[in-house]
Amino acid sequence: MTDVLRSEWTKIRSVRSTVWTLLVAVVLMVGFGLLVAASTASLGENAGLGDSTMISLSGSAFASLAVATLGVLAVGGEYRTGMIRTTLLAVPGRLRMLAAKTAVVAAVAFAVSLAASFASFFGGQAVLGDKAARLGDPGVLRAVVGAALLITATGVFGLALGALIRHTPGAIVAVIGLVFVLPQMTSLLPGEWGDTVQRYFTTNAGSQITYTRVAEGQLGPWAGFAVYCTWIAVTLAAAAVLLRRRDA
Amino acid sequence: MIDARRLTKRYGSTVAVDGLSFEVRGGHVTGFLGPNGAGKSTTMRMMLGLDHPTEGSVLIDGTPYGRLKHPLRKVGALLDAKAVHGGRTARDHLLCLAQSNGIPSSRVNEVLALTGLTEVARRRVGGFSLGMSQRLGIAAALLGDPEILLFDEPVNGLDPEGILWIRTLMRNLAAEGRTVFVSSHLMSEMAQTADHLIVIGRGRLIADTGTREFISRSSQGYVRVRSPRLPDLARLLDGAVSGRAGDGTAAVTLHGDHLRVTGMTAAAVGEAAAGAGLALHELAEVAPSLEAAYMELTQSSTEYAGVTS
Repeated sequence: MTDVLRSEWTKIRSVRSTVWTLLVAVVLMVGFGLLVAASTASLGENAGLGDSTMISLSGSAFASLAVATLGVLAVGGEYRTGMIRTTLLAVPGRLRMLAAKTAVVAAVAFAVSLAASFASFFGGQAVLGDKAARLGDPGVLRAVVGAALLITATGVFGLALGALIRHTPGAIVAVIGLVFVLPQMTSLLPGEWGDTVQRYFTTNAGSQITYTRVAEGQLGPWAGFAVYCTWIAVTLAAAAVLLRRRDA
Repeated sequence: MIDARRLTKRYGSTVAVDGLSFEVRGGHVTGFLGPNGAGKSTTMRMMLGLDHPTEGSVLIDGTPYGRLKHPLRKVGALLDAKAVHGGRTARDHLLCLAQSNGIPSSRVNEVLALTGLTEVARRRVGGFSLGMSQRLGIAAALLGDPEILLFDEPVNGLDPEGILWIRTLMRNLAAEGRTVFVSSHLMSEMAQTADHLIVIGRGRLIADTGTREFISRSSQGYVRVRSPRLPDLARLLDGAVSGRAGDGTAAVTLHGDHLRVTGMTAAAVGEAAAGAGLALHELAEVAPSLEAAYMELTQSSTEYAGVTS
């Protein structure tokens, strides 16, 4: 397995799209955090509401999309070029290959997003001045690490959808729909079942881990993140089953 | 050794490969021949575990490809030279393959030198010409120093220099005792490279024989003859060949403006015509060729035969 992990690491570090998607993720994460923090600070005393930690992590959703693209490209790029056949000649154990790819994408995504998340937090708090939160305040450290976990999980979601759909543009549309568009549309659903769907839908559940306090009517931070991970695990399992069954 | 047993691949109601059984042994080049669409590539993908056979199996020295621990050290394959990630450098492409099979990275430099790619090792492969891509594909196939090599249409689209290079390489690999299995729809190419032929048509085995035997057994030379009095000549030669038809291969057939005579030499045809006072406009021996043998065998199994053929 170490052989396959090394191989996948070489693959991901040797294409330019990795650098670009990660760079975009960091810029969106830190830039958006600073922007929202600056705009909040400029409201002065009137800005009594709001969670300072959440404000500085405002870029998580956009950074998630950039990292999801990284995940999609890690698999989709192989299908687009036909490289997948060369890969499977070298590693005929398809589940081993998928597991190694997932592990490498998750590790790279977590390392970069954790650094970006801390940078956004400290940068944002510096801009917010006297309203700044501290890392030791309740729930703050969990929220900052949680933002990195959310971004990483979304990267794996992208990879799973890439392996399932085997077509880069299709998988990118799917991931944007599932983590960005549809979660917002669920709030339009009527009645109690509508509320339930809204609560459990992908990033509506997953993003709870980036808030210091539990929002009313929503799942708790870890419960919400677990629900999001279940969505991803189911997608990845479906991709794994099809990967084994289909001709490459 | 490669051992294919009753290999079958169906796509819905279409049968791409139909109960194919053959063995490929070491020490010589085995040509895998068939018209386009005969099922060559599908068969090779099944041999390499990429496509799942509907029925049957392929064993590489007794083990299915998918169960080989370090497959690249046992089998090297070139399927599609352009099937590489264009954004990666040649060196990184080979390095990730080497790492996955526990092959030392020093071997990457060796195969780069062997295929003449050292100079372009740090260039992205997206900008490679077909010839360079082909060399990269061969470098990847040789990476694990495998005893079995599979090449799918390796000379397609190459310039004469590239074709010669690949042909020499394949012969050398076989001379080292390796098993070399190469597919092609080009007869002339196989005539020059392969010692043994496995010929398929519509997914079925047509012949599994030595190249020389294949030519001599399935096709014979004939005498091509033209005359202004073709019907008279045909009647005359019919009588002559039926007299000597011991093995049943002698015949006279009309092909447009000329006759094809088998079982008689050109000299005998000329003598007979002169004796009957028939003028000849053309008299020629046509030697047997692999091309003709192949056409003869695969004509009935060509999927999309043109209306004029």
